Amino acid sequence: MNDKVALHDMTLTDLSQGLRDKHFSSSELTKHFLERIEQLDPQYNSFITVTSDQAIKQAQAADERLASGNAPLLCGIPVAHKDIFCTQGVKTSCASKMLDNFVPPYNAAVVDNFEKSGAVMLGKTNMDEFAMGSSNENSFYGPVKNPWATDSVPGGSSGGSAASVAARLAPAATATDTGGSIRQPAALCGVTGLKPTYGRVSRWGMIAYASSLDQGGPITRTAEDAALMLNVMAGFDQRDSTCIDLEVPDYTKSLNNSIEGLKIGIPKEYFGEGLDPAIGAAVEGAIKQYEKMGAVISEISLPHTQLSVPAYYVIAPAEASANLSRYDGVRYGYRCENPHDLQDLYMRSRGEGFGDEVKRRILVGAYALSAGYYDAYYNKAQQVRRLVKQDYNEAFKNVDIILGPTTPSPAFKFGEKSQDPTAMYLEDIYTISANLAGLPGISLPCGNTAGKPVGLQLISDVFTEERLLNAAHQFQQHTDHHLQAPADSANV
Amino acid sequence: MAVDRGTIEKLAELARIQISEANIDDVTTSISEILGLVDQLQAANTDNVAPMAHPLDAVQRLRADQVTENNQREDLQACAPEVEDGLFLVPQVID
Repeated sequence: MNDKVALHDMTLTDLSQGLRDKHFSSSELTKHFLERIEQLDPQYNSFITVTSDQAIKQAQAADERLASGNAPLLCGIPVAHKDIFCTQGVKTSCASKMLDNFVPPYNAAVVDNFEKSGAVMLGKTNMDEFAMGSSNENSFYGPVKNPWATDSVPGGSSGGSAASVAARLAPAATATDTGGSIRQPAALCGVTGLKPTYGRVSRWGMIAYASSLDQGGPITRTAEDAALMLNVMAGFDQRDSTCIDLEVPDYTKSLNNSIEGLKIGIPKEYFGEGLDPAIGAAVEGAIKQYEKMGAVISEISLPHTQLSVPAYYVIAPAEASANLSRYDGVRYGYRCENPHDLQDLYMRSRGEGFGDEVKRRILVGAYALSAGYYDAYYNKAQQVRRLVKQDYNEAFKNVDIILGPTTPSPAFKFGEKSQDPTAMYLEDIYTISANLAGLPGISLPCGNTAGKPVGLQLISDVFTEERLLNAAHQFQQHTDHHLQAPADSANV
Repeated sequence: MAVDRGTIEKLAELARIQISEANIDDVTTSISEILGLVDQLQAANTDNVAPMAHPLDAVQRLRADQVTENNQREDLQACAPEVEDGLFLVPQVID
């Protein structure tokens, strides 16, 4: 521990090297993070479960593996998992009362991948219930607080993963993104969040919200770290019937490619009404930076952007209403007290076990799928989904990457939007369309406004995560926005 | 499109979600607002546009019809609210 940089400020690459050079052991590193969580997380609430005992055991095993000399790159490095990924023998709640008592008998594919690589699990991070929300105010375990301003939201649904990485309670975390749930909290917490192409990362054991949109990905402090995480997370898994069987490149290989001549499109629809001018200014600064680095900037149009939010709020609730029908109070999860018949058991278990937003989305989904409304809502939304996809197909004929803000505004205060679901839904206006089209997207810090981080979003064509990570890494080589950290205990 | 209280009560029954008397008006209002947002879709011209169910237009992959999973009944039932002799228990359905 002779390094000047504190362990919690080091990147995954540095930590990996430090472990190999025996500057510190995985056990020391893991204890360091567990102590930080114990000291600092009471003010952020970014973890639902901390798995201290298991982490220390995993760290000891990692130290043995490291000593043997042929350990994978992430061996011995602590990570946090969003509480949507099933963990064998460890409570997996999805931040719902419904699953408060659920201990899965198996690991999600993503969790297995990290175990195989020798990574250490610190615990399970807080989130919006069943990944439904953009503020983390929908958690059964209480909201996560933004480490940059504890009176403000961290974003959602992966708010705990983003806040834990921002507050240096974990070097990296896993997360999921259905309409922006990796990128939006990454933007609001000043960290880097990558949503891979639909089908790139196995959804097996990842609790389903909207199956044609859900995708797992990493939240890290740098694009280079995101590449290291994606190397572990990505890959074909026959247990996920929508996982795509395509070779996984080494995502670190292309990070240092030149971006001279990279064609970047700026969608004019992303800079209109509703965008906070300070966010717009920070993103303009990023565009200038890319120009300086040799990228070729042009304006493009994604004409169906405005319709992506209404299309999403039919498709996602429809899929959710089907997916969440499995919570019936019979096979696992919450069961109401003294049901007097089966109907009562279903109605009260679900009525008491689900929170308000989850109930709203199930009801909207049931409505959109019901007889007489299917064509007007569900079918129409699926048609608009194709129009959104066609916008992107057109754009990618002329540009390599699409650049814009991740969110219309910086982190907002608790309660500011929670009483108005539709205002909250518009928070995801710039992120939702990438999910509808199955495209990869990354959010990275590009400035701040009044002490709150601003996120820059890059979107590219399917299975071109290498290009995104390359462009993001090059930006981070020339700027220091990603190195900014919130004050450790400013609000203690 | 605004929905009325009766529609919400019917939906809640179909979705098997009890909504308390105290909340039903709030739920009716918020669902109406969400459907109002969703109604923007009607303005889109979708003539001759095929619905998109999978973002990559992929089709369901098939596998060989072979047994690949072992029986894990005990592990799986360990999470159940109530079981007996390997069966899930529910309130009596048949007299």
